[in-house]
Amino acid sequence: MSDLDLGPDGGINEPLEPRLGHDSDLTPARGKRRRREWVQLLSDALHYRRTQIGLALFLFIVALAAVGPYFAPYSPSEFVTMPFAKPSSIAAFGGDNLGRDVLTRVLYGGRSVLILSIIATAIGMVLGVSLGLFAGYARAAVDDVVMRLLDVLLAFPQIVFVLLLVSVLGPRLWLIVLTVGFSHAPRIARVARGSTLEVKERDFVKAAESLGVSRSKIAFTEILPNITSPLLVEFGLRLTYSIGLIAALSFLGFGLQPPSADWGLMINENRIGLIIQPYSIFVPVALIAILTIGVNLATDGMARAMIGIERDTGAA
Amino acid sequence: MSRIILTVKDLEIALDPSGVEIDHEVNFELVEGEVLGLVGESASGKTTAATSLLNFQRRGARIAAGSITIDDRDVLALGASQLRQLRGGIISYVPQDPGSALNPALRIGLQLREILEVHGFGSSDDERRARIEEMMAEVLLPSTKEFLRRYPHQLSGGQQQRVVLAMAFSCRPKIIVLDEPTTGLDVTTQAHVLDTIRDLTRSHHAAAVYVTHDLAVVSSLADRIAVMYAGRLVEIGPSAELFAGASHPYTRRLLHAIPVLTGRRTLEGIPGFAPRPGRRPVGCAFAPRCAYTVEKCAAEMPPEALVDEMHRVRCWRHEEVRGQAPALAEEDAGTLESGGQEGLITVKGVTAWYGSKEILHDIDITLRARECLALVGESGSGKTTLARCIAGLHPFKIQGEIDFQGKALSRLARNRPRKTRHAIQYVFQNPYSSLNPRKTIAQILSQPLRIFFDYSNDQREERLAEVLDLVSLDETLLSRYPDQLSGGERQRVAIARALAAEPTVLVCDEVTSWLDVSVQASIVQLLVRLQNEIGLCMLFVTHNLALIRSIAYDVAVMSEGRIVEYGPTDEVLANPQDEYTRKLLADTPTIEAHSLQA
Repeated sequence: MSDLDLGPDGGINEPLEPRLGHDSDLTPARGKRRRREWVQLLSDALHYRRTQIGLALFLFIVALAAVGPYFAPYSPSEFVTMPFAKPSSIAAFGGDNLGRDVLTRVLYGGRSVLILSIIATAIGMVLGVSLGLFAGYARAAVDDVVMRLLDVLLAFPQIVFVLLLVSVLGPRLWLIVLTVGFSHAPRIARVARGSTLEVKERDFVKAAESLGVSRSKIAFTEILPNITSPLLVEFGLRLTYSIGLIAALSFLGFGLQPPSADWGLMINENRIGLIIQPYSIFVPVALIAILTIGVNLATDGMARAMIGIERDTGAA
Repeated sequence: MSRIILTVKDLEIALDPSGVEIDHEVNFELVEGEVLGLVGESASGKTTAATSLLNFQRRGARIAAGSITIDDRDVLALGASQLRQLRGGIISYVPQDPGSALNPALRIGLQLREILEVHGFGSSDDERRARIEEMMAEVLLPSTKEFLRRYPHQLSGGQQQRVVLAMAFSCRPKIIVLDEPTTGLDVTTQAHVLDTIRDLTRSHHAAAVYVTHDLAVVSSLADRIAVMYAGRLVEIGPSAELFAGASHPYTRRLLHAIPVLTGRRTLEGIPGFAPRPGRRPVGCAFAPRCAYTVEKCAAEMPPEALVDEMHRVRCWRHEEVRGQAPALAEEDAGTLESGGQEGLITVKGVTAWYGSKEILHDIDITLRARECLALVGESGSGKTTLARCIAGLHPFKIQGEIDFQGKALSRLARNRPRKTRHAIQYVFQNPYSSLNPRKTIAQILSQPLRIFFDYSNDQREERLAEVLDLVSLDETLLSRYPDQLSGGERQRVAIARALAAEPTVLVCDEVTSWLDVSVQASIVQLLVRLQNEIGLCMLFVTHNLALIRSIAYDVAVMSEGRIVEYGPTDEVLANPQDEYTRKLLADTPTIEAHSLQA
């Protein structure tokens, strides 16, 4: 082997452990910071037609609610025509029960339902996720107590639960938002707990425990970031329910009070004129439907992206 | 010479739609009744090549070129219904994880019958029943009604794998593709399954392709061995010849990475790792990790050269490589020194429960300072439980006492004082679950630093660099996430996390069982080095007896929750006293037999 060109020591006994890492370019995103998981989820979901349509519908309603008032031809409380007047050149969708412009009131009426339902869902998420994390990561006995209590709450239909509180304490907006959010919490807690149970068995949680990291810190820094995907999907689903609930409450007269413009309330106010002036009802109904369907489609897309239906499993 | 039954010619498999190559120019034949071992590290494309024999590709990959012929039939040209007849009938497949290969909702008898019915085997139910009984007898399982009525979850891992084997062989296929069928099993079960496979291929006169990352496993089984690297066959030849005269540098490094039972040998890992599809260099893909590189290697892929008629290799310098000393030459790496008699951790009469089940019975062991104790046993022997009891991770009742530096330890780590908590660190078995996927390496490594030490930001950064240096990782990894690292790198990060706490005792729980043999070797190398440099006291839990010789001074063999043998490693391996230890030794796969022929 003396005539081989293998370096001074035959080339085989070179240092055995050269630095690893500097050439470990096995990831697609070399150098640039990798995207967070939920961003990845969103972008995966956007490959689905249903997500695209859903998101487009949702954004359409958001845009309508946000900038609509600036394009409204009248003030929402201005009497411009006869009660239940047919569509005409002055009022594109006709008049409502008091002769106000339906188009104007539709353009003004989206904000409330959108904002209220998003806030309600957010409240539900904070409450539900905290409860679910706590129950899932607590000792089995504590978990049982918390979850059985939540089961009791789950036994009440959401709308009955909200109506009960609102009819006792009176129709106040903050109360509606709070109770709707509160009524979501047990359902969200179930999802959060389920995911927590799975993640808490993973070794990195045990590793943190063995280091002596406090339990609450483990719950929020080790477990929570690993259950964001199911929670994001749950958020979308609960948003759909919030929209329906809040619109329904407005319709029942517990939501916004007249003379404010609100889609749910409009359906209530104009229902006696359904036969003579259907636009005053169908337009807000259609918009609520579009919003709900849009959110639902987008959520469904995210859920699909999460389970990995049709995921490209290429190794590169 | 026997008849050639399978021919693979210029097979090329690419990712769809990107067209990145996974496998390239794969050529081999299989003759009747022959076992071919297909060996390579993760991401070498071995599984992809093996499943393509059944004209199956996972989603996102497709066979781009080449041909596969079984008995003059072009497999790649078959239609869907013909393919269904081929699969399971003429060529069958045994996947890695029997637990997920069997339908958990169906009784195993039904699943066995299904295969026969689908392929129209036998003319009557009686005939099929007879065939099932025959197959169950061949895989050494009872064929009683009671047993066939069981669901997969009512069987052990070894039994499940044997049921899958029975299914695969039941239609008398001519070829069988085995994809790491023993990876999830411990040595004893593995030995049984390997025996079963050997008997079945003989009695059925079936050819087999056995895919594995561990040369030791196939050494006793395979007639020929094909080594794959980065999607190409780099060397193929008869087993004995390959072991004696490995002509590709990669094959030699693989052989070096295998621990042996007799005589202590320095394990050598292969530096770096196999490049993924799409990141493979021009020229020879092994060149960046090779000790024999010349200029030509980086420029041009070497063509297949014939060492002799049966032995082909892809290396520019194969003649010189072959001329080296046999890769398996015995060398004495010296004996490990005893760390002294000072007991650091004493386990006294410990009995532990899992729920209401007693799984450790009256355990006594001592961990001495600056010394490594190996804890060996099958899965279910209680070795991990014992390790977790010491680390304070056992969630159930423990009786008895575990002393650390003379003071009794609390059961749970969180109740232990900070000083002992940082002194005893635990490295988990599976590096794919022990690192939080949502945290960067820097965040993961900072955790122990923040908890145990009051460093300033600058000091912490410095420490981070130091611990990474200890485990031979580069600082640039700090900003990465765990899934951007290879399995070996992850395990190094996990070890670095433990080291960051500046422990005196390191508990390593089967730290290499999820890794390729070549990576296993480099992790063991690392642990030996750390033991020498820092003087760590180590508890090394493993099911692989061959591994402990290179690392542990003492060994405790566990079986069914008891320690059956306890003493210096050399003595125990050379002269095992307990029946169970002897059995474990006999079942450990090695390549001794072949190295002696060399």
